[in-house]
Amino acid sequence: MKVLDGLKYSAEHEWIKIDGNKAYIGITDYAQHSLGDIVFVEIPEVGSELNKGDVLSVVESVKAASDVYAPVSGKVAEVNEELADSPEKINEDPYESWIAVIEMSDLSEAEELMDAREYERFCQEEE
Amino acid sequence: MSYIPTTGEQQRQMLAEIGAVSIDELFADIPESVRLKKELDIPKAMSELELKAHMQDMAGKNISLDKYTCFLGAGAYDHYIPSVVTNLLSRQEFYTAYTPYQPEISQGTLQAIFEYQTMICSLTGMDVSNASLYDGATALAEAASMACESTRRTEIIVVRSIHPESREVVSTYARFKGMTVSECGIKDGVADLKNLEELLNDNTAAVLVQSPNFFGAVENIREIAEIAHRNKSLLVVSCDPISLAILKAPGHLGADIVAGEGQVLGNPVSFGGPYLGFMAAKKDFTRRMPGRIVGETVDRNGKRGYVLTLQTREQHIRREKATSNICSNQALNALAATIYLSAMGKNGLKKAAELCLQKAHYAYNRLLETGCFSPAFESPFFKEFLLIYHGDVDKLNKHLLSRNIIGGFAAERYYPEFKGGYLVAVTEKRTKEDIDRFVSEVISAC
Repeated sequence: MKVLDGLKYSAEHEWIKIDGNKAYIGITDYAQHSLGDIVFVEIPEVGSELNKGDVLSVVESVKAASDVYAPVSGKVAEVNEELADSPEKINEDPYESWIAVIEMSDLSEAEELMDAREYERFCQEEE
Repeated sequence: MSYIPTTGEQQRQMLAEIGAVSIDELFADIPESVRLKKELDIPKAMSELELKAHMQDMAGKNISLDKYTCFLGAGAYDHYIPSVVTNLLSRQEFYTAYTPYQPEISQGTLQAIFEYQTMICSLTGMDVSNASLYDGATALAEAASMACESTRRTEIIVVRSIHPESREVVSTYARFKGMTVSECGIKDGVADLKNLEELLNDNTAAVLVQSPNFFGAVENIREIAEIAHRNKSLLVVSCDPISLAILKAPGHLGADIVAGEGQVLGNPVSFGGPYLGFMAAKKDFTRRMPGRIVGETVDRNGKRGYVLTLQTREQHIRREKATSNICSNQALNALAATIYLSAMGKNGLKKAAELCLQKAHYAYNRLLETGCFSPAFESPFFKEFLLIYHGDVDKLNKHLLSRNIIGGFAAERYYPEFKGGYLVAVTEKRTKEDIDRFVSEVISAC
């Protein structure tokens, strides 16, 4: 299982790459591995305002449909349209396949997320 | 006969098998206080001959459309049904088929549903259709909840010209799904667009409109679509599929979801059901569609085959978050619609729609000429229209019934603002003689 340094992680198995007030959000290698072959990603709508914990997207695999939650509050600034036609990209390269970019309204929320080491431990406990 | 109940001997055998001495012992757990201490008060059993006569006698009390001439619509319509529909429908391969969970033994049923979906898509101008829903009202309510899920908004605007019973079903759904419903008023029998613009807000998930509407009037779908879309709300259109043979498909006018009553497609009025609801949508909403969809694919040998698609998602892997808990469809009614549409063909359906249009307009003019009515609206209509009767609508209908004519619908029941409102439906089945006789009976009653 791959965990990248320099990213933040949520307990819902999302990775977050912080760039200024922008947060790129995707699902982790652990998440894509547990889901299996991903067949559909619901692309969020640009401009929608989300609170931390709101449903951001739905990722559907051959065996489950899982919600992806907003790990931080803010406005959806960009979405990765490419995933609509090629959802398998998440399986192939989860850390390059961001689903959406949220413009954070509260930068302190990012502090509450896990770093790579914490997330690794978190996953081991989940096993 | 496979319906003979158990004999005394069989009952004894079954009791012995489970270790009970008597039926009384079997029911020992039922408290004395709630037991019926006498025999059921039902008549003695009849012989087959007696029973048949009895049932025919009772059925004879019904008013049948074979013996009466019908000008009543208001949601259920007396259209022509080619004999081939009933004939094919009653083939046991279709009639007794169970849900096609096992594609390897259900190709016939699955293919029929697939054909149905294809026809619904071409009629409505949409990308994807499901395998059908219970009826027009539930289809509309399901569409409303689909719109809320897709837009993540919670308000629905229904136009007052939608069938009143469908509006009630939408409200019932809303109560338990956290949606709020507001009503857009009508002007000249169609949606009041000014009122619609006032009602729209950033929580409006969808505008629901019916065209031709409850009054038979044709709504300005294109403009309503523009108004709704400017607000990032969806447009749900309920329509009469026969009208689509001559009217522009809602999909080509900006509708996002089309949902409606499919009874007119080869299903008899039959005292109110069973009917089918149809639902079709733009591709983006495929995964939000309730119920099931049949898809075409190839097997490992490259041969064409059909299979339930996306149904697993709704009913198994996403059950607690599914758009709907509807897991079934009205397969036999949808099959009737499929056979009907195949038998009528493009030209036949167009012909039926044109006849409805012409005959309804002939009846409209003749009824107005009697001087017993005044027009309610000036909006264009398809096969049904509202007039205001100057006398007592119930008396008029009673008189007509005594002459073997089922008169129009007393619209005041749902629309108190239309006192004396008389909703008349004229299908292709009504002859000129039927209409003339209707008109002359109206004259003698008014």
